[in-house]
Amino acid sequence: MAEKHKTEWRVVVGRATGIVVLLGGILLAAGLCNASAPPDNSVPSIFDPRSTPAESISHLSRFVLAITGLIFLVVFSLLLYAIVKFRNSDANSNREPAQVYGSTQIELAWTIIPILIVVVLFLATARVIHAIQDAPKPATAVEVTAIGHQFWWEFRYPALGIVTANELHVPVSDSAHPTPTFLKLLSADTDHSFWVPQLAGKTDLIPNRVNGMWIDPKQTGIFLGQCAQYCGTQHAKMLLRVSVDSPEAFDAWIHVQKQSVNRDDREVTGRQVFETTACVNCHAVGGTNATGRFGPDLTHLMGRSTIAAGAAENTSENLRLWVQNPGAIKPGSLMPAMKLSDADLDALVRYLETLH
Amino acid sequence: MSSDAMAIHAAEVGAGRPWVQTLHEWVTTVDHKRLGILYVLLALIFLIIGGIEAIVIRIQLMRPHNDFVSPQVFNRMFTMHGTTMIFFVIMPVMFGFANYLVPLMIGARDMAFPRLNAFGFWLTAFGGLLLYFSFVGGNGLYGAGNAPDVGWFAYAPLTSRAFSVGHSTDFWTIAVLVSGFGSIATAINIITTVLCLRCPGMTLSRMPLLAWMNLVMAALVILAVSPLTAAQIMLSIDRYLGGHFFDTQAGGSAALWMHFFWIFGHPEVYVLVIPAFAFASEIIPVFSRKPIFGYPAMVAATVCIGFISMAVWAHHMFTIGMNSMANTFFVLTTMIIAVPTGIKIFNWLGTMWGGRIQFKTAMLFCVGFLFQFLIAGLTGVMLGTAPFNWQLGNSYFVIAHFHYVIVGGIMFCLFGAFYYWFPKVTGRMLNETLGKLHFWLFFIGFHLTFDTMHIPGVLGMPRRIYTYEPGRGWDTWNLIIGIGAFIQGLAILIFVANLVFSYFRGSKAGNDPWDAWTLEWSVSSPPPSYNFASIPTVSSRRPLWDRKHPEDPDNRYE
Ligand code: HEC
Ligand SMILES: [Cu+2]
Ligand SMILES: [Cu+2]
Repeated sequence: MAEKHKTEWRVVVGRATGIVVLLGGILLAAGLCNASAPPDNSVPSIFDPRSTPAESISHLSRFVLAITGLIFLVVFSLLLYAIVKFRNSDANSNREPAQVYGSTQIELAWTIIPILIVVVLFLATARVIHAIQDAPKPATAVEVTAIGHQFWWEFRYPALGIVTANELHVPVSDSAHPTPTFLKLLSADTDHSFWVPQLAGKTDLIPNRVNGMWIDPKQTGIFLGQCAQYCGTQHAKMLLRVSVDSPEAFDAWIHVQKQSVNRDDREVTGRQVFETTACVNCHAVGGTNATGRFGPDLTHLMGRSTIAAGAAENTSENLRLWVQNPGAIKPGSLMPAMKLSDADLDALVRYLETLH
Repeated sequence: MSSDAMAIHAAEVGAGRPWVQTLHEWVTTVDHKRLGILYVLLALIFLIIGGIEAIVIRIQLMRPHNDFVSPQVFNRMFTMHGTTMIFFVIMPVMFGFANYLVPLMIGARDMAFPRLNAFGFWLTAFGGLLLYFSFVGGNGLYGAGNAPDVGWFAYAPLTSRAFSVGHSTDFWTIAVLVSGFGSIATAINIITTVLCLRCPGMTLSRMPLLAWMNLVMAALVILAVSPLTAAQIMLSIDRYLGGHFFDTQAGGSAALWMHFFWIFGHPEVYVLVIPAFAFASEIIPVFSRKPIFGYPAMVAATVCIGFISMAVWAHHMFTIGMNSMANTFFVLTTMIIAVPTGIKIFNWLGTMWGGRIQFKTAMLFCVGFLFQFLIAGLTGVMLGTAPFNWQLGNSYFVIAHFHYVIVGGIMFCLFGAFYYWFPKVTGRMLNETLGKLHFWLFFIGFHLTFDTMHIPGVLGMPRRIYTYEPGRGWDTWNLIIGIGAFIQGLAILIFVANLVFSYFRGSKAGNDPWDAWTLEWSVSSPPPSYNFASIPTVSSRRPLWDRKHPEDPDNRYE
């Protein structure tokens, strides 16, 4: 009886291990398929790179995966073989197996082979580190300063005199005329990290420290990412959108952004509400008395498709809800609820909607 | 039975005595076995608490835009979960086992400094209480948030007064500081015990691997916990005495804290995992019926890991913008450490090879450990590849990786150790049927959760986010992860039920239920308070093998 019980366990062990391995394999395969499927870049997979740094990382990663996968297969099979082959098949036997204490040759082998593998992996890695980190900056590069704030992104283009927030615009870069974007990374408060997986690995934004990274997107479109270093309550909703524009679209965007004064003067009441409340202490709007830098620059607010670092779409209702009570969209955000009357609120939102 | 003997017997089982007296005995005890049990019980309580926190996190993330908890509560949950599991579950439970087993295995009557031992335990216990007292006292006068919410590695400047008002961060700092002193005290004790109290004949090269590995662990505790303790003091100076070590608004350095933390944090991984290796190195040979394969290599690999682990910390900081030379250096050290770790896995494999493997629950857990630790090691190599790390660092892939180490590796060995040594500690066997149920449920839950968890990381999901946008391909994975978490929770409940049930109703164990070879199995279960009536003398690594096989003793081959 006890004997029978034991064999059953063995079968169960074998089968369950098999099932788990199979399941794991399927999951992984599904995950990787998933990783390269959608064309609209809504899934920011690291194995779907669209820029040189992300691409060389992806290549290296596949190489490392292949080698570790091979090691896994070999050791896994040996382990599986051992537990199946050397399981106690005769429960009644009290005979001890041959007592083996070690073997210098075998132990040397499994020390030296891993060392060789490490050498290969190390050299491959060192090459990619150097290629990405020590890449020279071409004269045609676009320079952007990204400043992390709790919980939004400020983007400045010093050479162009542009200040914007949350949605980064960069030109597409083709290999004939490379126009990579070099980012200088700063922080205004706590640590943040700039991570758009399809364009490059992440780099932290650390107060009192200047970091850098670069991207050269090969394809136009929107690429998603988000802050990847815990920075406080709303770390989760500190999202990133990178719009990779064709050269013409990028020039057009620059043209609009460079107009630092807003000439649309239809919404006088709303503008008055804006200029006479605390908004101006935290926000800047070109051509007005609003010069605050604590919150995002609003001069071209309507040029962005989302508000509050991607927490909501940029629609009239969301703008209204946001100004009325930012906590409803992003609890813990550093913009206070301004407690305006409904009439003021409506006028204010109408004004915000003129900020093209 | 004479009345004297009866009195002694009554005293032993504690029958008919006022419970305060029993309590008093346990609180004032300096016996290494009792302190060991106290450590383990403390850890079990915190395991349940930390587990509940994990479940809260997973429920919140089961679907996008969930509002099971607020962002503030979520951030406290992951901070408390991490801090609790590292400082108040795994460390104490490892100290507990070391306390209980090391003297017994080296033929000693107690630890070298019994009172320091008790002191260390109570510091740890009060450290844990302080941490949880933050739920009550953390608000301070500001009405600010209560429990700490800065993450378990508490990066500056989030911990500065500007970003962390109230006292929650202080509770975190003091809790870690106090328990850190306790850990250092215990480490000194373990080192002294191992070096000075071995029984006659037990040279260092005949010492059980468990003692060796705990020796290395204790050395690492002293080297690693000291800088952490220093950093906590510096942080308190920043917060209360106007210092500017980490206060970036006054020119302090955020990166300095990272260095301090990870120069602790990486060796800490080995502080936790080396005792787990120790369990595997005792359990696998006994249930394979063979001595450990390549004992000298095992010792050498452990010591090697100890040394190298002091030189890899910045692999936790590949994304902070170090230059390419520094990154390359830390890639090299990190990959080198894979070699001695690999040697261990092969040696355990060599131990099972040609053996007669008995799949008792303890062994099942250790075999599970071998498979899972293999995978954890390989994802570790991936993360050690700096460029790969620029993508995977701080993503869910890292979370999957280190839970593979801590749950799939350390916890599995730990459960193995519970099933293996429970009979020695209580005199009763843990129930095997419940044990196997526990194993399979935990095994399935573990793989559902942590295999799956790698995928959202690859798909760009960062850690520590209380919610996420739909449509990024993360939803399904997070749902599966959550389901796995519940299955693991259920398995832990079965385990606790088994502990309680078997303590009262388990079958009697006898001195040596596994037919094992180390000295603890030569005394009664539970062992008498003096451990050994007469100090044993040994002449090989497996003293009980020699006694059981006088015709073929070990020392001929060692
Ligand atoms: C105390 C400073 C402060 C005040 C006062 C303030 N804001 Fe803000 N505002 C912020 C911050 C900080 C953010 C970014 C929040 C985030 O994304 O987490 C923000 C975001 C915004 C946004 C979204 C911008 C974007 O592109 O995402 C709008 C619109 C906005 N504020 C409008 C207003 C208006 C209108 C007022 C006055 C009624 C106002 N704010 C008052 C700090 C302030
Ligand atoms: Cu951030
Ligand atoms: Cu590490």
